[in-house]
Amino acid sequence: MKWEPVIGIEVHVELETQSKMFCGCAVDFEAEPNTNVCPVCLGLPGALPVPNRTAIEWITKIGLAFNCSISERSQFHRKNYFYSDQPKNYQISQFDVPVCHDGWIDVTVDGETSRIRVNRAHMEEDTGKSIHVGESGRIHSATETLLNFNRAGVPLVEIVSEADIRSAAQARAYAQDLRTVVAALGVSDAKLEEGSIRFDANVSIRPVGTEPFGTKVEVKNMNSFRSLERAVDYEILRQADVLDQGGTVDQETRHWDEGEGVTHSMRSKEGSSDYRYFPEPDLLPIEVTEEWRNEIAATLPELPSARAARYVGLGVDADSATSLAGSEPLMVMFESSLAAGAPAQVAANWLTGEVTAWSRRESTDITDSALTGQHVAQLAAMVEANSLSSTAAKEVLGHVLAGEGDPADVAAAHDLIQISDSGALESAVDQVIGENEDQFARLAGGEDKLIGFFVGQVMRVTGGKADPRAVTDIIRSRIG
Amino acid sequence: MTDPADFTLVEAAAALRAGQQTSVALTEAVLTRASLTEAAVHAYLTIDRSGALAAAEAADRRISSGRAVGPLDGLPIALKDNMMTRGLETTASSKILAGYIPPYDGTVVARLREAGAVFVGKTNLDEFAMGSSTENSAFGPTRNPWNLDTVPGGSSGGSAAAVAAGSALAGLGSDTGGSIRQPAALCGLVGMKPTYGLVSRYGLIAFASSLDQIGPLTHTVEDAAILYEAIAGHDPLDATSFPGPAPSGTVRLGAGVSGLRVGIVNELSGQGIDDEVMAAFRTTVERLAAAGAEIVELSLPSTATALSAYYLIAPAECSANLARFDGVRYGLRIDGGTVDEMMSRTRADGFGPEVIRRILLGTYALSAGYYDAFYGQAQRVRTLIIQEFAAAYEQVDVLVSPTAPAPAFELGAKTQDPLSMYMQDICTIPSNLSGHPAMSVPVGLSTTGLPIGFQVMAPALGETVMFQVAAAIEELSDDIGRPVLEVVAS
Repeated sequence: MKWEPVIGIEVHVELETQSKMFCGCAVDFEAEPNTNVCPVCLGLPGALPVPNRTAIEWITKIGLAFNCSISERSQFHRKNYFYSDQPKNYQISQFDVPVCHDGWIDVTVDGETSRIRVNRAHMEEDTGKSIHVGESGRIHSATETLLNFNRAGVPLVEIVSEADIRSAAQARAYAQDLRTVVAALGVSDAKLEEGSIRFDANVSIRPVGTEPFGTKVEVKNMNSFRSLERAVDYEILRQADVLDQGGTVDQETRHWDEGEGVTHSMRSKEGSSDYRYFPEPDLLPIEVTEEWRNEIAATLPELPSARAARYVGLGVDADSATSLAGSEPLMVMFESSLAAGAPAQVAANWLTGEVTAWSRRESTDITDSALTGQHVAQLAAMVEANSLSSTAAKEVLGHVLAGEGDPADVAAAHDLIQISDSGALESAVDQVIGENEDQFARLAGGEDKLIGFFVGQVMRVTGGKADPRAVTDIIRSRIG
Repeated sequence: MTDPADFTLVEAAAALRAGQQTSVALTEAVLTRASLTEAAVHAYLTIDRSGALAAAEAADRRISSGRAVGPLDGLPIALKDNMMTRGLETTASSKILAGYIPPYDGTVVARLREAGAVFVGKTNLDEFAMGSSTENSAFGPTRNPWNLDTVPGGSSGGSAAAVAAGSALAGLGSDTGGSIRQPAALCGLVGMKPTYGLVSRYGLIAFASSLDQIGPLTHTVEDAAILYEAIAGHDPLDATSFPGPAPSGTVRLGAGVSGLRVGIVNELSGQGIDDEVMAAFRTTVERLAAAGAEIVELSLPSTATALSAYYLIAPAECSANLARFDGVRYGLRIDGGTVDEMMSRTRADGFGPEVIRRILLGTYALSAGYYDAFYGQAQRVRTLIIQEFAAAYEQVDVLVSPTAPAPAFELGAKTQDPLSMYMQDICTIPSNLSGHPAMSVPVGLSTTGLPIGFQVMAPALGETVMFQVAAAIEELSDDIGRPVLEVVAS
């Protein structure tokens, strides 16, 4: 059967506020274990939470950036479950009335733009960290667990998409765009590798052309965009396999194993489905008045859609502009190329063309490549000065991406510098004319299509390094 | 001459100012009283003799140099053992916290320290404040100084018994469903629960967060007003703290009741109330009328369901509040093969049966599929009660009822029957659900010589008029005197 994936993404973003969500302890992950703690975030008897106003401001920013409605009054709830790194054995979270709800972002994959709806963004607190100590370092064989509560109570925003995503590539693009926006807002350092932004995917499949959702599986533990895409892809295929063989998909949480490239079923938490949410009696409803919301809206930085419009204004074609503005690595590279003096459309063409293709082929983020904005500008200048042909420029780009050095060195090392020195070109043209007198007579006699033959011959004798336009001009001057 | 251990706060403060007493002498007097009574009464879990004397000496230095910090400076006070005291063991009468030394002072404790109060020690309570007799303590029951065969009420029975016995001049309790007012009634004291949000809960070991309030237990209304004023006021560490100034407790004391409208709540003043208690109640109402109050009879039908709503809301909140006691970070730990097993064993062993009963009740009430029928319905009842009380206070200045349905009962009489124990709070619970202030004033003794309390309830932030009426009742009632303890008399 032909299956259609249905994917939703849950994102946890740790806010980089000065202090924690409900107490005055510093948000600082570098600190010695259990030094940024107090009665509140350790869950000592008698301690009470007091909400961090900046965190409320920042989640509102996030909501506005994702076109969400902002609740004038939202409610904290207690989410009850026992876990040793959760100090109170309940997490202060939100349930039926989150701060932000009903938003969307547009995501573009291979030139096709889709609107992904954002169900909600709600405020909660992070847990502490468990460090399992044992022979293998894995939870099942751990003999001891160490707890670090520095992270306990750090403000956490959970952003939940609707199940609008239809492919692993789209899931990745959504996650990347979301990260781009959050980073642009300056509310989180949003580093996947450090867990300050974390993605979980809810994946199900259904026969193409049908409406009802299949059984959804939650996939966790992806610590790069690439692993998110791989994990979702794997999960789609795994579920299709199970169903094609007449089996059923279990509703469960699965753990992505980066090394093996597979998902494993996690031990299900006992009674995990019933968190016994109820309104947090220690906290009043959160109020975001229209006035405050407007103040916050006024502080929003440029967001990708606005950025794309600005790029069009710089002369970039619309498709490239959307691609550049929608991808953080491309955007960063494009901005630094512009800053280094590269012409906008030229840089846009390379970045959305060769560079993107290279990134896909090599499965490497361009931010992890050797390419810099300086390189792009240098390359553009060489083409402009006719010392590189545009074909050679693309070849140079590939070598630079691979880390072989800056464009001038690479072009020299690969002998790609174009001959635009007129003396050298003239002697090459004269040599070719001397070798092909009959054809030259026909060209001079008006058989203009032979110009291509002569240009080709000149390219041959110069090893492809001649600037074809200059060669053409010289040949014409010999006719006249 | 009166033993200083039997002084009111006002008398003791006057004696200090006049140089007739020192704080050390007052503190020695209550410590001596405690040494005589504690074996029989067991009001305290911890007596901090050295800490109290050190604080008393510091107070004496301030007073003698004319730098007394207020009306409580140098006065020995008892703290219920569910209030966090830095460096002094705090257990909530639970085995799960036995030996626990808090690293911080709760806001109320810090304020009283600032005000110069001397903390005699930490008093017994029903475990985590769950009970009405102080029999649910992991460390043994407290007995009522008026009759050692009877209970002092609960859950603040230790503070009530300490004040009644003279082993503190005043005490602090916490009131979630009547835990200050009912022991006040049973021990012949004034006990007061402020408007929810007026007194910080920071540092109070939570039982039911939306209901808990700290308040005073004293010999007189004026003492209660003074102690209330010392602890009330906004606290940035408690997000539910009322942001404005707290109403005065003392400003209208002695102003009488002439022209005030006093409402009798029919549903709280008849069925299920002991005859002698009802007789004392009626006598007091007649005296109020004679003193110029207008008496109005009112019906608040939703109060009939208050007890049921309370026994869903309070357990639901406690089921989450008590989840933190898991053996991981502090308190009792019973090892197990896994972390989950350790937590289960610790909690099974560390909590007493009433606490476990309420955690289970609350967990059930919040469970998927039951939430709306139980917790949701209880919250709707609560809203109804708030609305009915608000409407009643359009017609009257205060509402009145008996405090407890009967005088003190014998130890063990209700321990096998939780429902009859829960009925102790039938008159006090509505004010917790509505968040309104309420207090109990002693109005007489039963034929068996046990105190009877009278409850005055007021609208939110109505403390001033409530204290005014309570002071008038105190004035109009016969003085019940102090309990006679053989150990002290001999």
